[in-house]
Amino acid sequence: MASLDAPRIVSSRSEFADSFTLARYLATGGYEGLRKALTMFPEAVAAEVDAASLLGRGGAGFPAGRKWSMLRKSPVSYLVVNGDESEPATFKDHYLVERDPHQLVEGVIIAAYALQVTQAFIFLRGEFALGLERVQQAVNDAYDHGALGRKIFGSDFSLDIVVHPGAGAYICGEETSLIEALEGKRGFPRIKPPFFPAVTGLYGEPTVVNNVETMSNLPWIVTHGGAAFAALGAGRSAGTRLFALSGRVNRPGVYEIEMVKNTFRDLIYDPALGGGVVDDRPVRAFIPGGVSAPWFGPEQLDLPLGQDEVGAQGSMLGSGSIVVMDDTTCPVRAAWRITKFFSRESCGQCTPCREGSGWLERIMYRLEHGGGRAEDVDLLLDLCDNIAPGLTWPPAQTTICVLGPSIPSSIKSAITMFRDDFLAHAHHGGCPHD
Amino acid sequence: MTDQTTTSVTITLNGRPVAAQPGELLIEAAARAGDYIPRFCYHPRMEPVGVCRMCLVEVEGPRGATLQPACYIRVNDGMVVDTGSDRVKKAQDGVLEFLLANHPLDCPVCDKGGECPLQDQALAHGSGETRFIEEKRHFEKPISIGPLVLLDRERCIQCSRCTRFAAEVAGDAQIDFAGRGDLIEVAPSPEHPFDSVFSGNTVQICPVGALTAKPYRFTARPWDLEQVESTCTTCAVGCRVAVQSSGNRLTRVLGVDSDPVNHGWLCDKGRFTLDSVDGNEESTDPLSPATRIATPLVRRDGSLEPATWGEALAEAARLLGAAAATEGGVGAIGGAALTNEGAYAWGRLVREALGSDHLDAQYGDGLDPVLVQALPAATIDEAASARVIVNLAGDLRETLPVLFLRLRAPLAAGRGALIEMGAGTSSLAPLARVSLPTRPGEADRVAAALCGDAVDHTLTLGEFDLAEARSLLGEGEGVVVVLGRSNLAEDPAVVESAARRLAQRFPAARFLVGLRRANVRGALDMGLAPRLAPGRRLREGGRDALAQLAALREGRQRAVLVLGGCLLGNVMDAEGAREALERADVVVVTGHGGATLQHADVVLPAAVSYERYGTVTNLEGRVTALAPKLVAPGSAWNDVAIAAELAHALGHPLDLDSIEAAAREIERTTGYPALSVLTDPHVEGVLAGRGDRVERRPLDPMAFPGIRSTDTVGLASFAGAVAQPDAPGAGRLGEPSLADVTTRPVSVPPPDAYALGLVVDHRLYDRGIAMTGSPALADQVAPATLGLGRVELDRLGLAEGDTVSVRSARGAADLTVALDAGLVRGVARLAANSRDAAGVDVVRALVDADATITPIRLETR
Amino acid sequence: MSHFRADVRQRAEELVALYPRRRSAMLPMLHLAQEQDGYVTDGAIEEIAELTGTTPAEVRGTAAFYDMFHLEPVGRYVVGVCTNVACLLAGGEDLLEHASRTLGCAVGGTSEDGLFTLEETECLADCNIAPVVQVNHRYVRTTTPEALDQLVTDLRAGRLDADVPPHGTLIRVRRNGGLRVEREELSAERAAARAARDARAATEAK
Ligand SMILES: Cc1cc2nc3c(=O)[nH]c(=O)nc-3n(C[C@H](O)[C@H](O)[C@H](O)COP(=O)(O)O)c2cc1C
Ligand code: SF4
Ligand code: FES
Repeated sequence: MASLDAPRIVSSRSEFADSFTLARYLATGGYEGLRKALTMFPEAVAAEVDAASLLGRGGAGFPAGRKWSMLRKSPVSYLVVNGDESEPATFKDHYLVERDPHQLVEGVIIAAYALQVTQAFIFLRGEFALGLERVQQAVNDAYDHGALGRKIFGSDFSLDIVVHPGAGAYICGEETSLIEALEGKRGFPRIKPPFFPAVTGLYGEPTVVNNVETMSNLPWIVTHGGAAFAALGAGRSAGTRLFALSGRVNRPGVYEIEMVKNTFRDLIYDPALGGGVVDDRPVRAFIPGGVSAPWFGPEQLDLPLGQDEVGAQGSMLGSGSIVVMDDTTCPVRAAWRITKFFSRESCGQCTPCREGSGWLERIMYRLEHGGGRAEDVDLLLDLCDNIAPGLTWPPAQTTICVLGPSIPSSIKSAITMFRDDFLAHAHHGGCPHD
Repeated sequence: MTDQTTTSVTITLNGRPVAAQPGELLIEAAARAGDYIPRFCYHPRMEPVGVCRMCLVEVEGPRGATLQPACYIRVNDGMVVDTGSDRVKKAQDGVLEFLLANHPLDCPVCDKGGECPLQDQALAHGSGETRFIEEKRHFEKPISIGPLVLLDRERCIQCSRCTRFAAEVAGDAQIDFAGRGDLIEVAPSPEHPFDSVFSGNTVQICPVGALTAKPYRFTARPWDLEQVESTCTTCAVGCRVAVQSSGNRLTRVLGVDSDPVNHGWLCDKGRFTLDSVDGNEESTDPLSPATRIATPLVRRDGSLEPATWGEALAEAARLLGAAAATEGGVGAIGGAALTNEGAYAWGRLVREALGSDHLDAQYGDGLDPVLVQALPAATIDEAASARVIVNLAGDLRETLPVLFLRLRAPLAAGRGALIEMGAGTSSLAPLARVSLPTRPGEADRVAAALCGDAVDHTLTLGEFDLAEARSLLGEGEGVVVVLGRSNLAEDPAVVESAARRLAQRFPAARFLVGLRRANVRGALDMGLAPRLAPGRRLREGGRDALAQLAALREGRQRAVLVLGGCLLGNVMDAEGAREALERADVVVVTGHGGATLQHADVVLPAAVSYERYGTVTNLEGRVTALAPKLVAPGSAWNDVAIAAELAHALGHPLDLDSIEAAAREIERTTGYPALSVLTDPHVEGVLAGRGDRVERRPLDPMAFPGIRSTDTVGLASFAGAVAQPDAPGAGRLGEPSLADVTTRPVSVPPPDAYALGLVVDHRLYDRGIAMTGSPALADQVAPATLGLGRVELDRLGLAEGDTVSVRSARGAADLTVALDAGLVRGVARLAANSRDAAGVDVVRALVDADATITPIRLETR
Repeated sequence: MSHFRADVRQRAEELVALYPRRRSAMLPMLHLAQEQDGYVTDGAIEEIAELTGTTPAEVRGTAAFYDMFHLEPVGRYVVGVCTNVACLLAGGEDLLEHASRTLGCAVGGTSEDGLFTLEETECLADCNIAPVVQVNHRYVRTTTPEALDQLVTDLRAGRLDADVPPHGTLIRVRRNGGLRVEREELSAERAAARAARDARAATEAK
């Protein structure tokens, strides 16, 4: 049974149709967290976030408090919010920016205060036309309300937020690529080192990049204290989290549930959540954390939804999106489509990623649509190995960013779990499911 | 210059300790230690980007050994590196296989075949068989992306060398990547072709056959080529080049990486006008620059007829000898294109055999030769690493293109500060810390303001700008002034006194004199100038070029020896020069035809450019060797031989029986390092007067494809042929000082509110012999336009392309106007040697060579 | 002469002023250009280069990196159908094929009347209502062939013009004027705050 009694932290206004307005926001405790934060020293606010053990919600799961504290020594110049959300089957930030934009804005102001930054940018995926409108409206309203601009709520703290549209490129979710896009360039991820934009980020200055959901948690954390947040979940995975559930389930959607206390099975089958698999068919496989993550099979259904728990089994919770495949799903087709995605979205700088993704996609296409050969299976694995040597998890990489080594995940998973399907495809001259 | 004081660090490279410079790139440290790491995108003269991933090696880290790009990782003490492990091999083979997956198999028809880094890598590492059975990526076959460059997108490996060169080095991002993933392609904007004057460099550094040069395409296969290393003589920067030929035809010029000079870069004029050297085989008209003069010519019954050397020398000796016997009788003009040895020999001939002091390698468009020698000199390296650069030379991109690149590099990287003192014509201006608008005639007064004198109220200097410039200058330490003749319509005395003033006020400042013509510095050093003797020594008297022309016109001088065939194309007052030549006995020594030959009585055919052996000196005083790649056609001789034979015919033998003999005599009598440079195959160049000697280095084949893969001949073939001078240091270079400079007072007329000051300046793509004789580049010479700033256009209600009547004190012309966005207010700009639509020389029509400045008025029609 | 209409030019200048460096206005300005012309024209590229201090090749190269920018003319309605994995499992490919038949144009092509351009998109982040369809970047939440046909009919009849503005995403996204925080003024404020923080840290350390 799912454990559903934890408070809703970021999706508390979901029952209101006007949840995105300032009026509704103020009526439901909006900007109280900010008012409280402004009475505290900035470092005390940061300490609350540290105490909350809030893991970044963008995919890498790096603790927000730690990221900020790395910067204590050198002042940060810019705060950038990552709302590029383009990892396939991830749609929780979309929900947050359309449904509760003020919560995001308040979170950004709190973070900026804690970091003592005066300029923040909210980078939103360009395809979020409505989300862009709503967040911009929230920023405009926050200015009018005195929550943004000069001397916020009469304090000594001032801040400007610029809402910046993306323009359709998955890679801009990678933080250094996002920064390039914010500088008006094509989204080529920057080479590492430096490993964090905290060292040289936007315009070459120290910059903090955090995800939309990460920011949206801050008003609650400041209002209720970091300890209250840390009391939820378990281990390193504290608090609740938005899970985006899609694929062959009866009730796909975004669900906020407590971490670790629930399992994948809870999420997929609980009637208040996923409501079970379509037509009650068996789960054949599922992707636990976005298409960059290696797949799981039915034997992992009872794994708790926790970062370390999933990591220990050779995959990741990543962006918190779960795609369920049942026995009507062709794993070759699913893996091919994911590979096609990477091949379209590779930025094109690194040879292994640019050429490898295209080559892999063409082989996968042949297998699925006719022309596949049995030896293609080993060729696929060897090419994958040339992109992510060893095919281990977390992957070793031959490329600048981790998009490259994410390409092999689905192919390797599908071949490991369903090698016979691949051979059947080769044998059959195409997809036997068609 | 590397800092000798830095302590080195030790890394463990493939199990052995290796010393490296702290912060040095791993790929460089490993190469020096003998472990060459394969690479494609890395180029030693550009910032590393680490995108091709070919250079992956294992570096030990906190989480064990990981694959890291050696071109991007900097060494630190204790670093443990493995460049040959199985994992490294697999990763590198994998990258290579990926690169080859979509690469077309057209090596047999590819220009790069045989000198292609990708091909070389594939042969060295590739498995030979492909696992790629998919259809390859297809693009339309080669597309033209600029006047000189073709792009074959199928062959591109996305290393970004070309786009980085355009943006980072040339500062003009006319090409950029478009698209994403494996559809990414290099592209210009459709409206703006890749017409940078540096476009050829992208072809040279492309590691595959994606970019090819239109002029070179299909002319040769690498294995048919032979090359020599030489120096480009298109301008005075003196870029080192590999000159390649197939048979006795020049096929290609590539930039060699000379550390103090060109870093491997060339401008397109230097790279592509090699086709003008041979001349056009069909062209026989001696008045055409496309004609190669290969036999002596003597005027008979009014027309130039082929003659034997004996006849021509006798006739030349007769004319010159007779003139020498008259008072003020004879002189020589030109010589900036000669080798040092040639210049030396001709100088001796004029002074000793003809007894004349009238010698001038400049055409009135240069600077006072004594001042040039007297200013404390800076090298290109010193200018590039200066704390402050003051630019008094106008647009270096147009006059000394690779010097522009060298100076742009530090400024673009935020090192050093530029004070721009000019009329807004400089391509470096966008990088200037301070711009001091300096209209024609104002340079000396602006310099005075910089020196702290009261500011002349007619100047338009910003108060803050002036204050900032003054504070930047400090007491002159770390300041390098780049001096040049940025306005031919202005009396050179204006900028000369500005330079002199700065030199006196800031004794610590150094000067890089940007005289433009190929070996002009060497010619001055060899004494082809009034008041200069060989070895930078002072002497008395002598007429300069303009004074000789005037004397010829007035019958005070009877004959003139013209060294180089383009006199009329180079003097401002071509009509006056024509008149002078008409009245004189004229002997021309040249390799190419030209209008000047219309007035020649005798023409002596000389070897040119890549046919010559000898030394040249670049603008900073660096002496390098020219190695001949071609045999001069017909019966053209080298200059030393011609001078020696003519002297003999005049009855005054010079005793210079070879080029080496001339070089030896130069070095023995003046200490000028001609012979040592000429005969030591290890030396790349020696800075005259400072002895700073640069050794020739091996080139990275990946950075300079096409050079390392070609057979080098001739480099050392002269080594040891000549003994070193008996007494080294017997001669010593002279050191003229500022006190030796004769000041010529100049008075600038007061400004006229309705007039514009005219700037006439040299453009790279001009009407000189190299351009007009070059099929590849001739059509790039722009028609004459009058450049005006936005304010001026608006004020006059003009749009680009409108025609205006231009009036000066001397005359009038009709010109099309064009926007010249950077120009300061009150200035108009015209290219030297401009022709209007009717072919009329508009500069001559407007500019009085004797006037201090040239104010013009415009009338719209 | 400006390629942008006066109002667009004004918004473009506002955008430049919003950022610490003008090149940062590149993407929003390309969106604006597309709003005016339907696609990114050569004229717009010139003007954006001037406004952002770049070259036309750089503007074009940047625009060509991003899927949302079109360098060739497109229909008044750009219909995007997602076929990525969540939508694939919900029949996205079939819906795309159906759309291609209804509109009478290939994927990537434009209908004969020039009204529609059909695109196969990557995940549009609305996977609970799969397969996802967007028209001019507005979610239309149309998952069946029948609903898609109805949508096309409605669009043709102009019934959805209020919900689906032609081209561009930023048409209704505009910063209220005059709210800008002065950066120079603030730096002193920030420095003081940091000094105070350091002082607190110092006393704490004791
Ligand atoms: C290819 C790639 C795509 C990414 N996409 C996103 C994204 O859409 N949204 C996001 O917040 N983080 C994304 N990330 C992670 C970011 O780089 C970064 O770690 C994150 O924004 C940090 O925020 P957080 O610490 O709050 O999670 C992506 C990373 C990679 C390598
Ligand atoms: S791994 Fe792929 S997406 Fe990442 S930088 Fe390299 S080419 Fe671009
Ligand atoms: S990545 Fe190092 S040479 Fe290309």
